[in-house]
Amino acid sequence: MSETPQNLRDATLTKAIMAEIRRITTQPWNIMEICGGQTHAIMQYGLDQLLPSEITLIHGPGCPVCVTSLQSIEQALQIAARPDVIFTTFGDMLRVPGNHADLFTARSQGADVRVVYSPLDSLKIATANPDKQVVFFAIGFETTAPTIASTILSARKAGINNFSILPANVLVPPAMHAILSNPANRVQGFLAAGHVCAVMGYHEYPPIAGQYQIPIVVTGFEPVDLATGILMTIQQLEAGQHTVSNAYPRFVTLEGNLVAQKMISDVFEPVDRQWRGIGTIPLSGLDLRPEYARFNALTRFELADTPLSESPLCIAGKVLSGVAKPFECPAFGKECVPAHPLGAPMVSSEGACAAYYRYHRTRE
Amino acid sequence: MCLGIPGKVVSIFDQENTLMASVDFDGVQQVVCVATTPEVQVGQYVLVHAGFALNVLSDTEAEETLRILRDLEAFNANLPEEDSNQ
Amino acid sequence: MNQPDMPIVEGPNCPLPITDHGTIVIGHGSGGQMTHDLIRGVFQSRLGNAILDTANDAASITDTPPGEQLVVSTDAHIVSPLFFAGGDIGRLAVCGTVNDVAMLGAEPRFLTATFILEEGFSIHELELIVDSFAQACQEAGVKLIAADTKVTEKGKSDKLFISTTGFGWAKSSLRIGGEQAKPGDSVIISGSVGNHGISVAEARGNLGFSSQVRSDTAPLNGLVKALLAADLNVHVLRDPTRGGLATTLVEIARQSKVNIELDEQSIPVDKPVRKTCELLGLDPLYLANEGKLILILPENQAEEALRIMRGSPYGEHSQVIGRVSDPSRGQVWLKTPFGTTRVLEMLAGEMLPRIC
Repeated sequence: MSETPQNLRDATLTKAIMAEIRRITTQPWNIMEICGGQTHAIMQYGLDQLLPSEITLIHGPGCPVCVTSLQSIEQALQIAARPDVIFTTFGDMLRVPGNHADLFTARSQGADVRVVYSPLDSLKIATANPDKQVVFFAIGFETTAPTIASTILSARKAGINNFSILPANVLVPPAMHAILSNPANRVQGFLAAGHVCAVMGYHEYPPIAGQYQIPIVVTGFEPVDLATGILMTIQQLEAGQHTVSNAYPRFVTLEGNLVAQKMISDVFEPVDRQWRGIGTIPLSGLDLRPEYARFNALTRFELADTPLSESPLCIAGKVLSGVAKPFECPAFGKECVPAHPLGAPMVSSEGACAAYYRYHRTRE
Repeated sequence: MCLGIPGKVVSIFDQENTLMASVDFDGVQQVVCVATTPEVQVGQYVLVHAGFALNVLSDTEAEETLRILRDLEAFNANLPEEDSNQ
Repeated sequence: MNQPDMPIVEGPNCPLPITDHGTIVIGHGSGGQMTHDLIRGVFQSRLGNAILDTANDAASITDTPPGEQLVVSTDAHIVSPLFFAGGDIGRLAVCGTVNDVAMLGAEPRFLTATFILEEGFSIHELELIVDSFAQACQEAGVKLIAADTKVTEKGKSDKLFISTTGFGWAKSSLRIGGEQAKPGDSVIISGSVGNHGISVAEARGNLGFSSQVRSDTAPLNGLVKALLAADLNVHVLRDPTRGGLATTLVEIARQSKVNIELDEQSIPVDKPVRKTCELLGLDPLYLANEGKLILILPENQAEEALRIMRGSPYGEHSQVIGRVSDPSRGQVWLKTPFGTTRVLEMLAGEMLPRIC
């Protein structure tokens, strides 16, 4: 048994599936993927170039770079600036701009900011530096929630007192609700994030599919996985169906990973959360339960309220919800380009605006 | 949020009261926390993300993937005889 | 105070002998006896040659041969950690500068080097590094002709920094440079990419993986010499170091004002490098290489170039990976195995492991 059957990257097979998509597509359809990893894979392989022009892939708010609130970034910068703090984070977050600065800037000004691959590395740093406070920037979707929860449980068990997290995890289903309930919504089908579902299962999606009459297909990340997920979505759309199906069964089951889910619910509880550019989505974030409050950096450190300023030209919220296309933004390609971005979707290489900007250039 | 890749569990051990595993990714080894998949056995494949196992690959589910592919009209109509050069 | 069995020293020096410490102390940088002992014991014993041994502060070198011109390059090396699979800062310092000089079609002959040592740095480690530096000089056929050492207080530098300057001569008639790529040219890489970047990341030890990938740090002047000896019409030579293959090609595309089209499947990437990149969310096209070169030359000479390179040390796995297309603003396009294309940008800042 090979770990990734090589044929999942096979160009012939992928193109065959794309040919089938072309054969059955009779009208325009808009499909959204809501996972930064899927956006990245689509761009890396250029899969959207293989789809018939009737199908539009809308890159949803699936990457923490795009959706972590400006307030969280400013809190991160404040905490990182403290001389007694070692601030640890996943690499993606270093370039995300706050009002004026990012974590890179903070580091250049003397803050001890360290990239970690796993939250456990952050815990190791805490053990090795007992005289410092080690804070982990807890961003991501349900995929990172169990790993962060497990780390907190380990910290508690080991009696580590100089470790805390800045809670910023977000949840996918509430975001889907927010997007689909927007009167200007254009999304007609969803690719559900495969690794979020590996953890959570996909039992949360049938009510959404039913309420909004929209097909949802759990999809993986290899080219064949993505093509298959898109095909199954189009098959449903063409047939007027709106159910949930699973195109990633090798790692996703209906109920998901129950051990991981219990860790999440033991340590975290759902709270309202701000999504950058979109606004507050009810019960769309995870915060620490009261019994774990001492691991909350926001409780541990007194932070000042900073006024928040986003560029007035940036329409990130509309782009992330699929209501506007990047090139419909007046600043796109002019005031806002990857070299000097005005908003998160142009900062992140997986952001919808940056992706469109780069793709667009091959056509000039 | 999803940069997970599958790897094979080579050994399982306890590290400071946390269940860990040495996982092999086609020759590259990494120590991964499997507290999130405590039932995993040596020889099984796990999906690894940020140093943790998210789920265990089940043989039957992997077969399910291939079955989906075989069911697709495209797979049947457009491919030559299955060749075993993978 | 003089005692019969202690060395008589003059000036404001610490009279303690080197061997008592095992580590660099501030006295080693003072310019007095300790400095001399350090230079003699660690450096000269390994790197000594007629020019260096004259012990002047400067060296005079031979005249420029007729029909040739002097080529100079300088570089600083601050790699951390100092040792990694396949190399160390000493080898890196020599090869980096040798290669920079060679990329202009010159034959590197001489090096100068400055070693900035941090107080507390292990002398044993320094000896290992200078050994490696000496071996690399020998392999590349270059002589170190002037050198300097300085010592900073603990915390004011990071163990060891090395700065090198290389000198060589190239035929004046050569027109090799980043601005020389022409439409229709073939783009060749001398071997697999990403190895050095991964080996250094692994040596840092904080990403928790073990891949046994070795750095490719190597002197490429022999390879360049073989290409030039065959009288090929070489347009561009460049080693894809920081920023990787992609960034280097974008630089060339902009300098030459051409488009470059790459075939992703042709770009050699070793399997453990690819797997580690997948695991950590890195892109091998942006990882540093320290023993590879990019060659751009007319398409009708590509086959001959490959034959020569594959028969030379460090060129055995050379591949054609793309071609130069129309004159344009200077973009690099990558054709995927799916026939789709994407634009390769320059590396924006530091490459960071991705999580999504």
